[in-house]
Amino acid sequence: MIVKDDRILAVCLLAGKMMIESGSEMYRVEDTMQRIAYNAGAAHCETFTTPTGLLMSLGESRVQILQVTHRTINLEQVERINALSRRFAVHEISLGAFHQALLQLNREAVVFPAWLQLIAAAVISSTLMILYNGVWFDFPSTAIIGTVGYAIFYFGKQRWQVNFLNEFFASLAIGLLAWAAVRLHLGQRLDLIIIGAVMPLVPGVPITNAVRDILAGHLLSGLARGLEALLSVSAIGIGIALTFRLF
Amino acid sequence: MQEVGTFCLQIGFSYLATVAFGICTNVPRRALNACGLTGAAGWIVYWVLFQFHLGRMLPNLLGAFVIALVSLFFARRNKIPVIIFNIPGLVPLVPGGLAYQAVRAFVLGQYLNGIQYAIQVAMIAGALAIGFMLAQFVGNSRLLHWHR
Repeated sequence: MIVKDDRILAVCLLAGKMMIESGSEMYRVEDTMQRIAYNAGAAHCETFTTPTGLLMSLGESRVQILQVTHRTINLEQVERINALSRRFAVHEISLGAFHQALLQLNREAVVFPAWLQLIAAAVISSTLMILYNGVWFDFPSTAIIGTVGYAIFYFGKQRWQVNFLNEFFASLAIGLLAWAAVRLHLGQRLDLIIIGAVMPLVPGVPITNAVRDILAGHLLSGLARGLEALLSVSAIGIGIALTFRLF
Repeated sequence: MQEVGTFCLQIGFSYLATVAFGICTNVPRRALNACGLTGAAGWIVYWVLFQFHLGRMLPNLLGAFVIALVSLFFARRNKIPVIIFNIPGLVPLVPGGLAYQAVRAFVLGQYLNGIQYAIQVAMIAGALAIGFMLAQFVGNSRLLHWHR
């Protein structure tokens, strides 16, 4: 029985940690952890989750902590853990198989290839530029500048071990390139080119999650997430602002 | 005729932008199309209302409301977490342009202008949140329980 309780705790905490790392809202994290414990036959459990770590207790005296050190956005991961939890709930897989599947997912996360993400960044930049009343003349230059910005953001995240540095350099490059494009008569509306090209970098997921966490009563998580989003918005803003100062 | 063309362009481009953002945030492949439809529905509601000169708040609120409802529908139909649809769907409505104007005004020393833009950004973010809240309220009520 003792061994089984340890296993339940391990599975719940790992699932919760992976969901926080992938950018899930806190409500869903706690709900999933409690469902897993309930379906595994645990009598009573309490969870406490924040974006930087989570705590769970089973029964009277059994408590474990897990720290969360990095957070990215991978909605597919959230969906897979959710699907595994549903399969566990209808007894399609055992607790051991569930644990193995989670460990496997943790080792090799499923992501879209880099080239596809770069094309997607080009599409986001250019289409949103048009939706925000841009001119068709700027379409190609916005697509290219947006791609370069996202490439710096994406590869910088893996290379440099400093948070927010990649966002800063990406937006600085966007500002400089947009200015150069307008100067070389490859673009007309500097403002809209920059807004379009910055859109793939904007931390939409953390902001949305922060608001939802706060509304759901997870004040601590909402504030922490909101602060993280505010810092990356500032990094982007300073990168753009430097361009205005230089010219 | 030109209006019809613009209308189709708005739908098509908001669909594309949402799907592309879904690729960047690694949405499951089978949900990408539904993501695009969610984003297009929300944006077109916002855009049409904005054309009727209803200001910025009401169109944003109703746009977010529609996004949340449509994603709730897709989430229940496909048994997928709702955030997979409403996070990419919200992207066209994010007040990026106003935030940019605010930063620019602050850097150029026009603090009053900057504060004005910043307050608008905060109010739009609030309108989006209220739109989501209303949809959650409607979704939790008995009206919209397709199946469970």
